[in-house]
Amino acid sequence: MTVTSDRDAVRLSTAPEPVAPRPERRQSLTAPLRRTWRQLTSMRTALLLLFLLALASVPGSFLPQRGLNPVAVQQYFVDHPTLAPLLDRVYAFDVFAAPWFAAVYLLLFVSLVGCLSLRVRLHAKALVSPPPAVPRVLARMPESARWESDVAPEQAIEQIRSVLRRGRWRVARTDLALSAEKGYLRETGNLLFHISLVALLIGIALGGLLGFQGTVLVKEGDGFANTVLAYDDIKPGRRFDADGLVPFSFVLDDFQGTYADDGKALTFLAKLRWSGEDGGEPQPYDLRVNHPLVVGGAKTYLLGHGYAPRVRIVDVEGNVLEQTVACLPQGPTFLSTCTIKVPDAAGEQLAFEGVFTPTTVQDPETALVTSVYPAPDHPALTVLGYRGDLGLDSGTPASVYNLEDRSGLVPIGDGKTPQKLLPGQTWDLPGGGSLTFVETTEWATFQVTQDPGKQLALIAGVGMVLGLCLSLFVRRRRLWVRLSTPGGNHPSGRTVVEVAGLARSGSDAFTAEFAGLSDRLRQLAPPRPADAAPTTEEDR
Amino acid sequence: MSDAFLAGLSDDLLFATVLLYALAMLGFAGEQASRRSHRISETSLAAATARQATAARTRVMAGAGGPAVPEPAPLAVPSAQRSSRAGRAGLALTVLGAVLHLGSVLARGFAANRVPWGNMYEFSSAVALSVVVIFLVLLLGRRVDRGLGAFLMVPVVLYLGLAGTVLYTEAGPLVPALDSYWIKIHVFAAVLSSGAFLLSGILALLYLLRSRHDAQVAAGSSPRFPLSMGSALPGAAALDRVTYAVIAFAFPIWTFAIIAGAIWAESAWGRYWGWDPKETWSFITWVLYAGYLHARATAGWKGTKSAWIAVAAAGALIIDYYVVNIFVVGFHSYA
Ligand code: HEM
Repeated sequence: MTVTSDRDAVRLSTAPEPVAPRPERRQSLTAPLRRTWRQLTSMRTALLLLFLLALASVPGSFLPQRGLNPVAVQQYFVDHPTLAPLLDRVYAFDVFAAPWFAAVYLLLFVSLVGCLSLRVRLHAKALVSPPPAVPRVLARMPESARWESDVAPEQAIEQIRSVLRRGRWRVARTDLALSAEKGYLRETGNLLFHISLVALLIGIALGGLLGFQGTVLVKEGDGFANTVLAYDDIKPGRRFDADGLVPFSFVLDDFQGTYADDGKALTFLAKLRWSGEDGGEPQPYDLRVNHPLVVGGAKTYLLGHGYAPRVRIVDVEGNVLEQTVACLPQGPTFLSTCTIKVPDAAGEQLAFEGVFTPTTVQDPETALVTSVYPAPDHPALTVLGYRGDLGLDSGTPASVYNLEDRSGLVPIGDGKTPQKLLPGQTWDLPGGGSLTFVETTEWATFQVTQDPGKQLALIAGVGMVLGLCLSLFVRRRRLWVRLSTPGGNHPSGRTVVEVAGLARSGSDAFTAEFAGLSDRLRQLAPPRPADAAPTTEEDR
Repeated sequence: MSDAFLAGLSDDLLFATVLLYALAMLGFAGEQASRRSHRISETSLAAATARQATAARTRVMAGAGGPAVPEPAPLAVPSAQRSSRAGRAGLALTVLGAVLHLGSVLARGFAANRVPWGNMYEFSSAVALSVVVIFLVLLLGRRVDRGLGAFLMVPVVLYLGLAGTVLYTEAGPLVPALDSYWIKIHVFAAVLSSGAFLLSGILALLYLLRSRHDAQVAAGSSPRFPLSMGSALPGAAALDRVTYAVIAFAFPIWTFAIIAGAIWAESAWGRYWGWDPKETWSFITWVLYAGYLHARATAGWKGTKSAWIAVAAAGALIIDYYVVNIFVVGFHSYA
């Protein structure tokens, strides 16, 4: 039996003990280091770091964040021209990527790992060693009972031992005393939780380093192949390798949205045909919200949608040019802004600018058009036209969504009265040529993600919940029994029975359990008639 | 039954629920008040005996042959009976209210043909139901004193009243991103644990009230309102224990809710965590409750400090649901 002090006997957790500022006897070089380490891995530090982490997250929820909403950040700079740059310098718009945020969680991480390595060792030792020895004064324990019996001590202690064994207590015997313990799973669960927490952080870090996220807009009838260049926008992890992109491609055949009477979206569906690396026969897939297309480690999600009117332009020489123009929705009724550039028109280049309205209503007085419903029930394309030089040769990359350089453009007509076109209608342009609104098609945006840390994070999540349940619902408790024969060990002598118990949590439940246990022991070692009323606690 | 009928039924049931809870509150408070006046009559009686003039009367009341010390029992019997009748009525009204409340929540779900927690109004109503049900479970398990009902039903009635007026939304379908079986799991876990957390927040506040009351009494002064209410509360140690039990129950469920939410976000938006304001505040709430659990295992942080952490964490939860939904735009602002 290992020698344990009474203090060890009542410790039911591997929690680090409070760091006491104790005088260093030997002044060595490592002493301050060791002290710092002990401070860092203390419960108090963990507690403070937890609060610091909570506090550090707060600004990230009230200030716009670049990773989440870059447009709102730009707007913030416009609205607060003096404050915004100052905030930006302290990473207020990238809180969760800020060095100070990383500092807090890395410290917590180090503290956690340091604390865990010690606790795992302590717990492993507890798992293989017998329960700690019986404390000297049992009456001092939270639960205790004492009575005298005529039972033969040697026989009684063995009976008690087997009763406890059957109750799945781990029991160790020394002479006429037993130490028993139960509920080791509490600590195991607690360690499982904290280890899973470390695993979760590793999973998140893997995703951040090796993951990839890209978004792309695809019009109905168009295709997409998974290469870095095909994306409109990418967010690669810091160590992402373009060769790691899963090879696959798809074609968007059809996009369908349905809406409630009040215009709220009900369902979205993108009908795809996709093929994987082998390039075999394309397979159909109905991509919906919450039902991503999974190809290898890449998942494709439906992110957004909008309208893409198809137009036919006839230039002054009679050449026919067809285009499908992705318009950008401006609100819940999908009034969308459209820009049509025709750089290949013979003679002067052409451009059109205006709005697409899926369910069109026109004010009879002002002639302004608007949309009242997101479905294309009564679509119209309303545009102003321009002729001249689009300025595309200047070398600066131009957006397809707006006319940046108007210096070389002259309005067609008065430049103030927009032309409203219903599907099939044609606008014969003053000065030659025409624009026809052929039909309404739609586009969808897709997000493709690869996250190699995802599995680990999920497993860690499961480990956390499981560990927590064990850690919070299992009760760890100790029980001690000591028989003594004050009058010497002869057959007619009396035997003093002492029982004591201690629980780490749920003291109400343990009080009841202890009462039940000591009743059971009273059956095994019946109190002497004179001593029938059990004495508890008061006796020393 | 038509959807419109069910939606109307749900509203009527909620109205009845609020009424029943308010009556229950009166019942609990009645029990408290008569217990208190009983206790006061005890003390004034004791004061009276100190004066010789009333000694004879005391002896008469205590009964012939009784001890000279005043014996409050004969005085107490009728009032104790009356008070326990009020308390039992409070309990019965709470149970009935909870049944109607459940009916209201379910009718909402059937009216909209979906889970009944698709917007802030429905969510709040479901959370309030969770608070009441957990309280009833604690009562039936004899983990708390019935007298707590008076203190608890006040915030519940206010909360439901606000939800039914300010946050009220007509029954309607979900936006596509919310239409997933993960929403059922995620939101159910969130509703259950939020109810427990809000309850623990109230318990922690009552603990703080009680312990400050006790401190003043120990210092020899008599506490003034609102601290004077402390004498009607269970003991500080009991309140502390039940606060912990409720948080220990809720924390794994909340953890699970966040993980289920992450799984749902992964299938809906392509990332399992994005520091969306809603996610951020769920995280802050989680960290604060982890802090509470740690504080209870840390020397120097037990008792009052832990209770303040529980209050702060419940505050973070309220910010998560209300401030973020109403004032901060994110992916989650669907209500
Ligand atoms: C350096 C960091 C950490 C240390 C030293 C630490 C230490 C501990 C210890 C010793 C316990 C057991 C307490 C007991 O026996 O009651 C514990 C429990 C717990 N820890 Fe940590 N922990 C750390 C970080 C974290 C973090 C980051 C979290 C999560 C946010 C966390 C969550 C928990 C929870 C939920 C419990 C259960 C409390 C209970 O048993 O009542 N810990 N921690």
